[in-house]
Amino acid sequence: MLAWRNLWRNHRRTLIMLAAITVGVWAMIFMTALMRGMVDDMLLNGIRSLPGEVQIHHPEYRDDPSINNSMPAPGGALIEALQIPEVTAWTSRVRVPAVVSSERDSRGAILLGVEPDGEQRVSFDVDSIIEGRFVEDVDDRGLVIGARMAERLETKLGKRVVVMSQDPDNDIADRGFRVVGIYKAKLASLEETYIYAGRETVQKMLKLDDQVSEIAITGDDYRHVDQWYPRIRQAAGEGVDTLPWYEVDTYLGSMLAMMDGFVLVWIIIVFLALSFGLVNTLVMAVFERVREIGLMQALGMRPSTILYQILMESLLLLLIGLVLGNATAFATVIPLQDGIDISVVAEGMEMMGTSSVLYPALKLNDMIMANVIVIVLGLLTSILPAWRAASYDPIEALNKT
Amino acid sequence: MRITLRMAWRNLWRHKRRTWLTVGAMIFSNLILVFSISLQLGSYRMMIDNALKSYTGHMQIQRQGYNEEPKMRSSIDAIVSLANDVRKQTGRDSVAARGVAFAMTSSEERSYGLQIVGVEPEYEPKVSTLPGLVKEGDYFTDNDAEEIVIGTVLARNLRAGIGDELTLLGSGHDGSFAAGIVHVTGIFESGVAEIDRNMAQLPMGYFQSLFGMGDKGHNIVINAPDLSQVASLQQSVRNMLADHDKLVVLDWEKLQPGLKQAIQADFTSAWFMYGVLIVLVAFSVLNTQLMSVLERTREFGVMMALGVKPARLGGLVITETAVMSVLGLAIGAVLGIALTWYLSIVGFSYPGMEDMAERFNLPDRMYPSLSVLSIMLGPSIVFLFSLLASLYPAIRLFFLQPVAAMRAV
Repeated sequence: MLAWRNLWRNHRRTLIMLAAITVGVWAMIFMTALMRGMVDDMLLNGIRSLPGEVQIHHPEYRDDPSINNSMPAPGGALIEALQIPEVTAWTSRVRVPAVVSSERDSRGAILLGVEPDGEQRVSFDVDSIIEGRFVEDVDDRGLVIGARMAERLETKLGKRVVVMSQDPDNDIADRGFRVVGIYKAKLASLEETYIYAGRETVQKMLKLDDQVSEIAITGDDYRHVDQWYPRIRQAAGEGVDTLPWYEVDTYLGSMLAMMDGFVLVWIIIVFLALSFGLVNTLVMAVFERVREIGLMQALGMRPSTILYQILMESLLLLLIGLVLGNATAFATVIPLQDGIDISVVAEGMEMMGTSSVLYPALKLNDMIMANVIVIVLGLLTSILPAWRAASYDPIEALNKT
Repeated sequence: MRITLRMAWRNLWRHKRRTWLTVGAMIFSNLILVFSISLQLGSYRMMIDNALKSYTGHMQIQRQGYNEEPKMRSSIDAIVSLANDVRKQTGRDSVAARGVAFAMTSSEERSYGLQIVGVEPEYEPKVSTLPGLVKEGDYFTDNDAEEIVIGTVLARNLRAGIGDELTLLGSGHDGSFAAGIVHVTGIFESGVAEIDRNMAQLPMGYFQSLFGMGDKGHNIVINAPDLSQVASLQQSVRNMLADHDKLVVLDWEKLQPGLKQAIQADFTSAWFMYGVLIVLVAFSVLNTQLMSVLERTREFGVMMALGVKPARLGGLVITETAVMSVLGLAIGAVLGIALTWYLSIVGFSYPGMEDMAERFNLPDRMYPSLSVLSIMLGPSIVFLFSLLASLYPAIRLFFLQPVAAMRAV
């Protein structure tokens, strides 16, 4: 009560300090939400195009993505393990480098032989088909290419293109395909890279029998992958490589770790800038009241009570500031929930692997971290002025003008 | 003026602790600003340099529309002699013609679809760092040799070494079938996975005959001595090409728009953070100055009664702030320079940096670059905002009634 009244004795100073804390807390939370949103988007895009949260490969495949490093299609134990509830979808694909040629031009590409159902659940977004259809069966004879690829090859829906690749004996395997679908990807570079065909068609073309290049598995949340992937690894056996997404693409993995570090550093820097003002306010508040404090001590108030009193003031100040800061952060993030259009710098964002709409992600953890840091460190920095106030000598303090 | 300055100085030290705390806030934010702006500018320069030097170059002459849709057929006629003209006109030899094609490249064991680049053996080393990065074998010197230089990852994937034969299959300029056999003479290692995995170069003469290009090619790469001279060089090349209405000169911002935009995006988000820091410092200054004005109400009242004009008192308050800001600026900048300088010698790295570096084609340690701009930019904005913040308390003085003020507690 006394602390509350003391705060408003100099309402201007308190208001300025409150404004500073509010701005600081707002900036902490808002900025973190933006960065989180960006990284989340990046990871989701990244994992979707890897694809999958866990991948199984021939042990040599990652270093040398060639047809020779294929493995048999998933068998008994693995299929059983894939039935666990954490796995929401899985698919196996043939993935080989290839050259596509139209009568006009030829391009390098990555040919994916897919199972349409699994593929759509793990990676491919059917809504991205802008013309025609997606691959419908494992033995579909059509080819689905990206809009950019179609442009580069000067081909269109219904036209024929030739796909060349290499079979396991290093003979050139080629086959004509009719373009049955054209898709548009979130990241334009993917459009130029991936072409889709039915898995069995590709296996026949490459004389692969039922061998596949990779098995991709997704769960419900990429953060929880560690809980279930060891079981898959065990079931898949020693002969193949089973890796979670953060090892398949170490860049994505380290992004997540870097983000956590960045959030902490950012909160602490803002806090330090804030703490100068906080300490200043308290030092002044104590200084003005030297006589008053001396009088209180002379009347029998114990130093610890005075210390407690000043800390209480600081705590009140911090709490009000935090409430206001959190409220403004909420108020600014919620209207932006539908995404911030940053397509002005779309190609730059693409380099970093994010799409051109930024969705701020408010994470409870980050908010709690910001609030706890402000309160704990805020109280720590106010101990110094409070302790000084408590250790005044009453007689000297009373005589001070 | 001298007296105002002296008074301001003495007033400041009436409350040592308060002054130091405010100056401390300035020092802290100036330190952070100097350091991070230097780091930022340093890394941008590195990003641009590395991205351009390895392959793209500062600017390229291309046929109109080639940049948007790089098609085999949008080529430049008599490209080698045009490149020679450019060399003569500009007086620089960092000019090289290139041709680009796609081909299925097969070794004994493996095949990959690749972008094949035809280059002038004599001039390519002057526009690109790749020829200098050949780790095994040599870069070709003969313009018509049936030789190829490839990246390390590609060599590993193809299981091909120096001297091995590679078969190229693709389509030529007129859509006809193009096929040839070449020997690997060199293998380069740039450290950028993308380039090491996908790049293969042939000498220009052989490239043109293999793909039925005649005397044609696709682009001429031109490098300026450094980034700041790109614009003027671009203009002079453009003047030179005035009578070729199909050709355009594009600078790196057009050739790699992603690079420019990544920098812009990063710059914007960084300025948001700097803005927050600066606002917090401004609040701190506002608080201090307002307090110091309020507690001196009586004193100011007396001074006004003695005939000092409010404008002069306002000036005094602003001078006090200015003195504090100068202190903060000087100490903050010196500490910032010291920190940055230290790190620019030992380098700087953070966890996750290596993967990031590989992705963006950066060395895996950062060396912040100190320049007058990077040192003065942040602190001078802090200075400006501190002065702005002290305007409010200064303006209050104009509404001070001497009589009432003298009675104030």
